[in-house]
Amino acid sequence: MSLGQRAGLKPARPMRDVFGEALLQLCQDNPRVLVLDGDLCNTTKTLAVRQRFPERFLNIGLAESNMISIAAGLADCGFIPFCTSMAAFLLSNGYDQLRLCIAISALNVKIVGSHGGITLGKDGPTAMAIEDLALVGGLPTFTILVPSDPAIMHAAVRAAAEHIGPVYLRSSRVAMPHIYPEDQCPFEIGKANVVREGRDVTIIGCGIMVAAALDAAVMLAEEGIQARVLDLHTLRPLDREAIAAAARETGAIVTAEEHLLHGGMGSNVARIVAETCPVPMRFVGLADVYTDSGDPDELLVKYGMTADDIVRAAREAVEAKV
Amino acid sequence: MQNTPMDIQVLKDLARQFRLDVLDITTHAGSGHPSSSFSCVEILTALYFGGILRYRSQEPDWPERDRFIMSKGHAAPLLYVVLAQAGFIQREQLWTLRQVNSPLQGHPVEGLVPGVETTSGSLGKGLSVGLGHVLGGRLNKLDYRVYVLLGDGECEEGQIWEAAMAAAHFRAGNLIAIVDYNKYQETGPISREIALEPFVAKWQAFGWYVEEVDGHDIGALIEALTSVSVPLTHPVTRVVHHASRIRHGVRAEGQPSVIIAHTVKGKGVSFVEADYTFHGRALTPEQAAKAREELQCH
Repeated sequence: MSLGQRAGLKPARPMRDVFGEALLQLCQDNPRVLVLDGDLCNTTKTLAVRQRFPERFLNIGLAESNMISIAAGLADCGFIPFCTSMAAFLLSNGYDQLRLCIAISALNVKIVGSHGGITLGKDGPTAMAIEDLALVGGLPTFTILVPSDPAIMHAAVRAAAEHIGPVYLRSSRVAMPHIYPEDQCPFEIGKANVVREGRDVTIIGCGIMVAAALDAAVMLAEEGIQARVLDLHTLRPLDREAIAAAARETGAIVTAEEHLLHGGMGSNVARIVAETCPVPMRFVGLADVYTDSGDPDELLVKYGMTADDIVRAAREAVEAKV
Repeated sequence: MQNTPMDIQVLKDLARQFRLDVLDITTHAGSGHPSSSFSCVEILTALYFGGILRYRSQEPDWPERDRFIMSKGHAAPLLYVVLAQAGFIQREQLWTLRQVNSPLQGHPVEGLVPGVETTSGSLGKGLSVGLGHVLGGRLNKLDYRVYVLLGDGECEEGQIWEAAMAAAHFRAGNLIAIVDYNKYQETGPISREIALEPFVAKWQAFGWYVEEVDGHDIGALIEALTSVSVPLTHPVTRVVHHASRIRHGVRAEGQPSVIIAHTVKGKGVSFVEADYTFHGRALTPEQAAKAREELQCH
């Protein structure tokens, strides 16, 4: 079964295509937006901006460190630079610059890490960003957005530009099915969306794992377990109230992310749960390993990030309730 | 305050005062990098008070200002002293350097101190940030110049050369790098640790126009900075050809410039000049008293 099929979600185009469209739209609407590229505009899908607004598109070349520091200077000049490249390269090559030039002074720079997670597939572990959210999580002034569907991607790109301060936005190579109606997508930075109601357990997902969580919720319902599903599209600031309410009202929590468990979304949610209303928790994500190259769907199965894995985790969490 | 060119003797007196102030505030703080500040005193004096940088200290974010990017952030004490003299901050604030609740961090942080254009203190970033200001200025149709002060050891950072390559590509003719070539990095002589030479040839190979200058000769510095800063919008009256200035070739339109300033680490205090291990430590009150005597005699 394909992702989102059990939940009846309509398939969509790859997220990077949606990002490219959203960014082009933003450039049309806001003349202060600039796009910086690490020579990957074909891959990140910012090529359309280069063609349409060549004067506002800067290919800095294969020099991510340089790109991010240049963006700091451009932000100082009143522009809103979007730095785009593969998440793995931007955050690893550019981390010192993100910290020093952007984060410490909270400059108005947007970082878009494309090909987040393992679902870029066949290019293998060197190109996969399995640690991007942990890395950017180490930069206190960054807002962190992980869109889960096309409508959210559009809203997140707009919100990133409107928000004054550094933003990290994760984009992906894979398609994520439609979760929201395209014309009425609720999106507010820092406010998680309840995308399915339930009383027995809450599955908190981000990115591609929200659709998987909705599939899992359908399977759990067949067993009589009613799962709430929370789309945690913002990892900083975390929606403390929504997490606390989920713990209080459903009594068990499963987190699901396409990221290392160590330092990822789940560990941050766990901190809030521990502080507000400790309940049994289970965590779906990548254990401490680098994955193989391979077909994305096969990788998700091999490394335990499917709806089936969420179902197993939810059963365990529910059984652990007192 | 704005930058009106001053007489050389006045500038020399200012430079002496800056060394005394750096000495005083770092000893007061009990830490800091006085020797790395001493080597670039004349460079900042020439920029801020020799008629080079256009700024308005009462309007620090004036969009048309020239930018000064202190990439070697460990020279923060000198930057603060100069910003105080230029009227960006209060002089009394200088003695809060490195203290809790003071904006004067050990290394400069943008947004805390008027006139500090960029956060620095992890080396290698300033030339790229400066290039960002150049590209932003171009889009904003402003013709300011961007001056970036680099340390010599800092030029071991790969990002410097990423920026150097990109600056030539983007024809950043209004980008001017100045290297404080004091010949020592923290561990020892640059030539022994990680040699920079042939340094002029490296910059030339990256497409830059290069000048060398005695980094303690204010007149020569002003002359070199003026020549790479054209077109100018304010008149500079002194045109003296200094023996302590070497021009390598002819600057082309759109070519970024670097001034390699030959300096002495710890300049002005004999026992600091003679001991590179002073990098990263303040003088004790006793050493400072002795240093003060030396500086006042010159």
